Amino acid sequence: MLRFIIKRLLLVIPTLLGITIVVQLFIVITPGDPARLLAGNQVSEEEVEELREEMGLNDPFLVRYGNYMKNLLSGNFGTSYRTKSSVLTEMLNRFPYTLLLVCISMLLAVVIGIPLGIYAATHQYSWKDNAAIFGSLFCVSMPSFWFALMLIQALCVKLKILPVAGVDNWKGWILPCFTNALAYAASIARQMRSNLLEVIRQDFISTARAKGQTENKVLYKHALQNAVIPIIMTIGSIFGFALGGSLITEVIFGIPGLGSYTITALMARDYPVIQTSVLFLSTVFCIMLLLTDVAFAIVDPRIRAQYVRRAKKPEKKEPERSVA
Amino acid sequence: MNETVSWRKKSRFAETWRQLKKNKVAVICLFVIIAVVLIAIFAPVIAPYSYEKQDYSSVYAPPSAEHLLGTDGLGRDILSRLIYGAGQSLQLGVISTAIASVIGIIIGSIAGYYGGWKDNLIMRFFDIYQSIPMFLLCVTLAAVMGPSLNNATLAIGIGMIPGPARMMRASILSIREMDYVESAKAINAHSSHIIRKYIVPNAIAPLIVYVTMSIGMNVLAGGALSFIGLGAQPPVPEWGAMVSDARNIMRDHGTLALYPGICIMIVVLAFNLLGDGLRDALDPRLKN
Repeated sequence: MLRFIIKRLLLVIPTLLGITIVVQLFIVITPGDPARLLAGNQVSEEEVEELREEMGLNDPFLVRYGNYMKNLLSGNFGTSYRTKSSVLTEMLNRFPYTLLLVCISMLLAVVIGIPLGIYAATHQYSWKDNAAIFGSLFCVSMPSFWFALMLIQALCVKLKILPVAGVDNWKGWILPCFTNALAYAASIARQMRSNLLEVIRQDFISTARAKGQTENKVLYKHALQNAVIPIIMTIGSIFGFALGGSLITEVIFGIPGLGSYTITALMARDYPVIQTSVLFLSTVFCIMLLLTDVAFAIVDPRIRAQYVRRAKKPEKKEPERSVA
Repeated sequence: MNETVSWRKKSRFAETWRQLKKNKVAVICLFVIIAVVLIAIFAPVIAPYSYEKQDYSSVYAPPSAEHLLGTDGLGRDILSRLIYGAGQSLQLGVISTAIASVIGIIIGSIAGYYGGWKDNLIMRFFDIYQSIPMFLLCVTLAAVMGPSLNNATLAIGIGMIPGPARMMRASILSIREMDYVESAKAINAHSSHIIRKYIVPNAIAPLIVYVTMSIGMNVLAGGALSFIGLGAQPPVPEWGAMVSDARNIMRDHGTLALYPGICIMIVVLAFNLLGDGLRDALDPRLKN
């Protein structure tokens, strides 16, 4: 087990290295001049050129990448072009907001999604199942930014029961977390339903029923345990969607997290901030994927066995990334 | 007479269509999609006004016979803007899916057919690619390319490549091992014949479902990009951008944000339900 975790942990390093290259490439090959944006329109071309030189924008790709990596490894994540403040401090100040938003959303999604999926599967072919499935499809198909605005309009402006923006107290967190969670809850419910329906048709369930086990035990002990395992994988990939979704949610609800910081930086072509925040958010995502892989191995005895007894060379299956 | 006809092998398309017809919801969705496409194409003919015709005498007009859904802050007819917006939103969904699918299928096929180091290289690259949260990748790409509808479409297309690529690779890998491919090889069939007759038809079914659903997802992502100002630029109407425009005046004119959101939802829902229907229709286990 430990061996698996270490091996999986080592795989994260080349991935993060790859991300730094990809992001640097994006920035180098795309048009746009941050020096001009920074200097404004009044400044002469010579001064802008000087600024460009100073910012290292004229250097070739490898030099820029080398400098970036050298700074990165010595713990220097650069300073924002716009605010001249250290990117890392800013990120660490803002990160708790994003982490809280994403974690509560994921928790909500799981707490709503799994029971709903079980309920739909156990009532297959009834109107309850149809309602649950259609309802969740509805939630998946809804633009979350629009739904957030509609809820703000209804609950905050008309009924005045929740604050419009800001997260000064717990009430402010309700809407952002709920709107961010809804689509993921729906996709977890859909997957849970189809998993359970598939497991129920398998032989070991017939065996359990044949030996006279009560239906509740068959369902919640035998079937559920097997149906829930693939959900762990889904949660990992949905975490990525939720991190991306936090960009918009934070902008709408005025949460001072990483998402709104990134969006502002993107609009202003604040490259050090963009680079660091993409790297930062991807690192968080990588860690989450690592955790789900480990959880998967712990929960599923078939996978665990591959790593505990290493008689046969384990054939690691390519984890499927589901589309929410 | 009829019996002899029924022995003829039906084309795959006819068979799928026959299966799909049984699913009323999917058929309705197909008609909705066709209707939206037609509306998008014939927008200049259908729309009562131009999308940028401003009328300062009737600003924020309530729904009336003249303006069926009212007007916005510049006196522009909402209904006309929604009709013109269909084209922009569909472009974001359809073209980006096309870009992602074509590139993804080619890359996925290469990985699946050749295997070995090529497969390894491609897959490790996708691992890196997919460790960047997808929407973050799309937003970053769209922002560094500069805000415009075409750039947003391209950004989503590039961001979505790994999905179809992984799918194509996975189905090719499993089809290669199938008995029918082996038997075709055993009777000395040419490899191009095997690819045409066995691998492509079997690999294409899950992809059709995936592509249908991902159009819906991409319409959503495109709407979100436009919402934060990285998609269609004013005065061109796009549904996500219209929600964004209506955001600041929501307190007083809440319905302005309502309509474009509903439009997005209908289109995405239609693609998702059609995808569900196609999955059932293409599933050989459900054939009777």
